Amino acid sequence: MRPSTEPQPLSAPVDLAPDPIIRFQNVSKNWGSNQVLKSLNFEVAPGEKVSIIGPSGSGKTTILRILMTLETPSEGLVKVDGDTLWDVSPGQKVRETKQMRETRRKIGMVFQQFNLFPHMTAMENIIEAPIHVLGMNKAEAKERAAELLNLVGLGKHMNHTPPQMSGGQQQRVAIARALAMRPKVLLFDEPTSALDPELIGEVLNVIRNLAHTTDMTMLMVTHEMRFAEEISDRVVMFDNGAAVESGPPAQIFKDPQQERTRTFLRAVLQH
Amino acid sequence: MIWDNNFAVSVIPLLLEGLWVTIKITLLGTTLAAALGLFFAILRRLAIPVLSLVVSFFVVFVRGTPLLVQAYCAFFVLPAYGISFDAFTTGVVVIGVNYSAYMAEVYRSGIQGVPKGQWEAATALSLPSVRTWGRIILPQAVRTVVPMLGNYLIQMFKDSAVLSAITVVELMATAQAIGSSSFRYLEPLTLAALLFLAVSYPASRLVNRLERRYAPQH
Amino acid sequence: MSAVIDYAPLLWQGLLTTILVAVLSGALCLVVAFAAGLARLSSHRFISWPAGVFIEVFRGTSLLVQMFWLFFALPFFGIQLHPLTAAVLALGLNEGAYAAEVVRGAIASRAKGQTEACIALGMEPALRLRRIIIPQSIPAMLPPFGNVMVDLLKNTSLVSLVTVADLTFRAQMIRSSTGQTTAIFLTILVLYFVLSYLLTLLTSWLERRFALDRRALAAQRKDSKMMKVGAA
Ligand SMILES: Nc1ncnc2c1ncn2[C@@H]1O[C@H](COP(=O)(O)OP(=O)(O)O)[C@@H](O)[C@H]1O
Ligand SMILES: [Mg+2]
Repeated sequence: MRPSTEPQPLSAPVDLAPDPIIRFQNVSKNWGSNQVLKSLNFEVAPGEKVSIIGPSGSGKTTILRILMTLETPSEGLVKVDGDTLWDVSPGQKVRETKQMRETRRKIGMVFQQFNLFPHMTAMENIIEAPIHVLGMNKAEAKERAAELLNLVGLGKHMNHTPPQMSGGQQQRVAIARALAMRPKVLLFDEPTSALDPELIGEVLNVIRNLAHTTDMTMLMVTHEMRFAEEISDRVVMFDNGAAVESGPPAQIFKDPQQERTRTFLRAVLQH
Repeated sequence: MIWDNNFAVSVIPLLLEGLWVTIKITLLGTTLAAALGLFFAILRRLAIPVLSLVVSFFVVFVRGTPLLVQAYCAFFVLPAYGISFDAFTTGVVVIGVNYSAYMAEVYRSGIQGVPKGQWEAATALSLPSVRTWGRIILPQAVRTVVPMLGNYLIQMFKDSAVLSAITVVELMATAQAIGSSSFRYLEPLTLAALLFLAVSYPASRLVNRLERRYAPQH
Repeated sequence: MSAVIDYAPLLWQGLLTTILVAVLSGALCLVVAFAAGLARLSSHRFISWPAGVFIEVFRGTSLLVQMFWLFFALPFFGIQLHPLTAAVLALGLNEGAYAAEVVRGAIASRAKGQTEACIALGMEPALRLRRIIIPQSIPAMLPPFGNVMVDLLKNTSLVSLVTVADLTFRAQMIRSSTGQTTAIFLTILVLYFVLSYLLTLLTSWLERRFALDRRALAAQRKDSKMMKVGAA
């Protein structure tokens, strides 16, 4: 059990495994004088599906990017699956370490703008990293990629390149690409907000399917409140670089405790 | 000693004179290129049956052949037909005409960059075409042309060394002359290189800054 | 015109030399472009800084000065280069410095998201460059590379000034021995023009070949073929 001096995560799910797979401890991030994350403490249990909601600019993306090592925290400790990803004291200059590279292998990410490789087909996008990073042989990688493409409903599109596909299809390929690395944790940064409204559903279906059928840990920043309510074990409300409220979706959406959560939900659910 | 400092210092005044000639060629040449290039660009745009085609071919041909050979043509061929200037004038004309072919392209894209609505508005106002070009189109086109003009100016500054081959006594020719008369090439050539660098490097920094300031605002 | 016909073999020799110089220095130019361009992008200052100095020095001074320096000044350090070597070195390094900026620019302007996607997939920097970033940047590099190569081709004429017997050198020789200035120079102008034109054709062919959507088009053809088979 955790020593009692440590700050308890807000409404920690008691019946989940005691060791969190993701742990932010006093993590801060500044850009100049702009303090984006303020001594954040935040944990995710293995297999947990967590949605992060909150107003734009509140630091949601920054959390995911720190986990993916695309951003360096200014201060604090981040642990993933028991390994230290970041351990930064204030003012310290941080360099990329082997430990970091190994730890981040456990994490995959789906980007808002898909970031598929435009010069490669859907199939090539998916097999690239398994072959060249994991050292998988090509036949095996292809077989697995075909399975993944079927899983996301794009079995017929394996020879298409990104410019030939709709945004929804591209995002589904991007999800398959991330899955091909068999991550323990999958991060989604507003996976549907770059999509035309009629294409959002097909991507959400794929994510919903994953949430229901895998024991992968999923951490998703989203503005799709109904979807978050439906698939999450827990919803975390962010504002101003801090988690202001966290709890099961029913509680957050039906009976928010914090005034800021209420205002935010009223604003996004109104339109 | 490989490097003779006293000798180096003694040739600096001569080299500076050469540099001044290089600068004069560049300024005059760029002026000629800018004016001629604009003329070519407008001629092409006006789509006058044979003339526009001839101009287009001329521009492509000049861009596809070496400056040195063009300079030889002007220097050796034209006098045979009774056209002859001194080396300096020939040099300025050759390099000016050469760069006008590049400038014509710059103006062309500048003119093309002016939104179609501007032409239509001018037509809707029944503006005469001279007025349309002079007051509406060119002022907008030139905005994008200014930084490119700067780039070509610097490029011409360096390219003008080629004119030493037709006896224009600019920086390069001066360095070479010093070398062949003293049998010491290291100092004059190194100094000439440094002088080129000392002018063109700060100039290109300046142009970069202009480029950012004049970047299209829409 | 008679001089041109009489001296055709000499001009032919010159043309071959011009092409040889262009090919050798073109190859050097490409090597230099990628080496210096990538080094310039390095986050290690002791790699990027020398590359920056190289690029600025070779772009900031005249090609002719560089060629003369290698040919006339280098002997003072006890290094006497063959004229052809000096010429190819100067051309390759000079145009390579310009092309390095093309490489740097094309890679630096790659969408940041591509690098981030690579990191998210665990790809190390060398792998990222080789498999993702460089292949993607090639289409953007081709048109400016084409311009550099045309420049390089035209600038091969300068090698005549350090006694390499290229097309321009032969033309000067024939001019001074026959006095048939107009015919000779018109001939080589046309020859240079044809060479430049062939280079632009080659570039646009390469552009089409490496276009990002080429694979897409090929895949489409395959699909439509399959559909026809299916319908039959
Ligand atoms: N590269 C950056 N440089 C400076 N400020 C940044 C940068 N990236 C993000 N920020 C700032 O950090 C804050 C939080 O950003 P972000 O995590 O993207 O918020 P969210 O995803 O919740 O909208 C914002 O105020 C944003 O302006
Ligand atoms: Mg965001």
